[in-house]
Amino acid sequence: MFIDTAAEFDVRDYLRKEMMPHFLCPGCGHGIALRALLWALHDLKIEKDKLAIVSGIGCAGRLSAYIDANTFHVTHGRPLAYATGLALARPDLHVIVITGDGDCLAIGGNHLIHACRRNLKLTCLMLNNEVYGMTGGQVSPTTSESMLTTTTPLGNREPHFDACALATAAGAGFVGREVTHHVPKLKELIKAGLEHPGFAFVEVLSDCTEIFGRKNDLGSSPEMVMRQKSDIRPAAYADTVDTPFRPNAMPTGVLVRNDRPEYGAAYRKAAAALAGGAR
Amino acid sequence: MNAIDPSLGKSAAKLVSGNHACALGAVAAGCRFFAGYPITPSSEIAERLSRRLPEVGGVFVQMEDEIAAMAAVIGASMGGVKAMTATSGPGFSLKQENIGYAAGAEIPCVIVNVMRGGPSTGMPTRPSQADLMQARWGSHGDYPIIALTPGSVGEIYSEAIRAFDLAERFRTPVVLLYDQVIAQLSETVALDAAARVSATRTWASGPRESYKPYATGSDAIPAMARPGDGYRVHTTGLTHSETGFPTQQPEAVTRNLERLFTKLEKHRDEIDSVEALHCDDADVLIVAIGISARAAIRAVEQCREQGLRVGLFRPITFWPFPDKQLRAAAAKAKAVLVPEMNTGQLQFVVERTLGRAVDTIHLFSGEAITPADIAARAAALAKGA
Repeated sequence: MFIDTAAEFDVRDYLRKEMMPHFLCPGCGHGIALRALLWALHDLKIEKDKLAIVSGIGCAGRLSAYIDANTFHVTHGRPLAYATGLALARPDLHVIVITGDGDCLAIGGNHLIHACRRNLKLTCLMLNNEVYGMTGGQVSPTTSESMLTTTTPLGNREPHFDACALATAAGAGFVGREVTHHVPKLKELIKAGLEHPGFAFVEVLSDCTEIFGRKNDLGSSPEMVMRQKSDIRPAAYADTVDTPFRPNAMPTGVLVRNDRPEYGAAYRKAAAALAGGAR
Repeated sequence: MNAIDPSLGKSAAKLVSGNHACALGAVAAGCRFFAGYPITPSSEIAERLSRRLPEVGGVFVQMEDEIAAMAAVIGASMGGVKAMTATSGPGFSLKQENIGYAAGAEIPCVIVNVMRGGPSTGMPTRPSQADLMQARWGSHGDYPIIALTPGSVGEIYSEAIRAFDLAERFRTPVVLLYDQVIAQLSETVALDAAARVSATRTWASGPRESYKPYATGSDAIPAMARPGDGYRVHTTGLTHSETGFPTQQPEAVTRNLERLFTKLEKHRDEIDSVEALHCDDADVLIVAIGISARAAIRAVEQCREQGLRVGLFRPITFWPFPDKQLRAAAAKAKAVLVPEMNTGQLQFVVERTLGRAVDTIHLFSGEAITPADIAARAAALAKGA
């Protein structure tokens, strides 16, 4: 039912061909996430000239260079802060942040919670592969407990961060999560995030086969993706799934959606009233 | 959006503090975005602009930390809007990584650093002049930067305007560096910006196919692509080629870094600014900046009244350092005196520039150097000369 050709979507229309081949490892889920994002942009007919992609440092951060748009590859952990300045200065642009679990939750964690709270119109796409892949496979805030990484040779003893719970608690107007197994569903989730009038946080459970998978004997990419699929619990079925049997299942789909006032519009409205009145 | 503020009349004069003058100068220069984080003794700039910017169609935002404030300023400037932040010591340290990004990716922006006593939290309400080296070398790696050191409230106003002109003209971060004394000193300032034409960066024009974001033209300053104009370029903190895309190709890396330095060196006549007071016949040359230079002017007057030939050399553009001008001013001086509110940062630059030892007054107690302190030392040196 979800066939690319029916939507006349050609991923090549949105990629910088001069940057191909890309540098992602075989089996990496980030390419699938990128395709879903570009497909969502296509469906929404967002003009490439009006599209600004801001990304941080890490494997996810490198994706901006592949997109035929106004792209900004900024400092580690700070893409949300750069994007905040860009979106406030240029409300005519469609600003999307691409970030990873380390970039967004560790070094950039403060910016995430305040972006959620501020509710400026931005879409934050966090690709969660449970590891610092670019630097060789160190433990990240989302690494599952007991997993091996190059800096947890005894197994990870810290609990993993639930990014969507954090974003929800911080007040994000839109929160969603999806796995790369369901590309059309992922595309629809990203679309819903892009259409949300305020801050939208979308977590994509991606897989790092080459580094994280290899270190933990998780098998090939299809095996890792199938394991992710078995670990999730779509929000739509939250009431029907017998959760006690799967206490760790990650909820997926749209987890939060509300229409509290968007920061930029509220600021501009207040400023217009001030500029029109007495000084 | 970057037009000069029309509400400032030709002959307006106002009693304002240094930080207030900074805010007025920024708006007059066309600044329409400010992101900041509260820190003493610079917060008045943010407070003033939080009221003023929305009146002129601009945006003020208080960010969650100093790093985010610097990042948001660069983000706004990447969008094409003149942008500024203001901070003090600890905040200036936190901003350094992103200042390096602005230098490397060539994003115009202005950073105000009101110098307070340090290191670390130091003395938040007391002045110092100890961030001269940090302004130049604060971020990692090799990069050039412009730093301006105004010496009065009026000069904070005019140098804030010049900071934007230089940032836009040369696509570089510009640091406006002044001490807590002039930040919170009040003086009457002529708000004469309406008579000026503000510089705006050169925007890319022409066909997309032939546009290269970091092309090495004759003036070494690349034209910037504004998002929305159809160029769809990539901006990165990685070393990049003329195309803007990452490269580690040795020739491309070398060529681009050389151009960053050439970009400023080639245009030193537009960047340099100094004040030379009674330098022509000076036996004793005082070299000072900021409030110390203010005290030195009085000391020079007092010495001259006694018939002592004392002069003052004051860098207004501090980085790149006006080395040729200092060498010319000091050519005939028998002694050089450097009064400064740190342990020897200006002394280091002056001695390196002149190739000889200088006399110094180093005060780092959180107090300002007085005219009497400088006059006494200068007179003693003049009499011994």
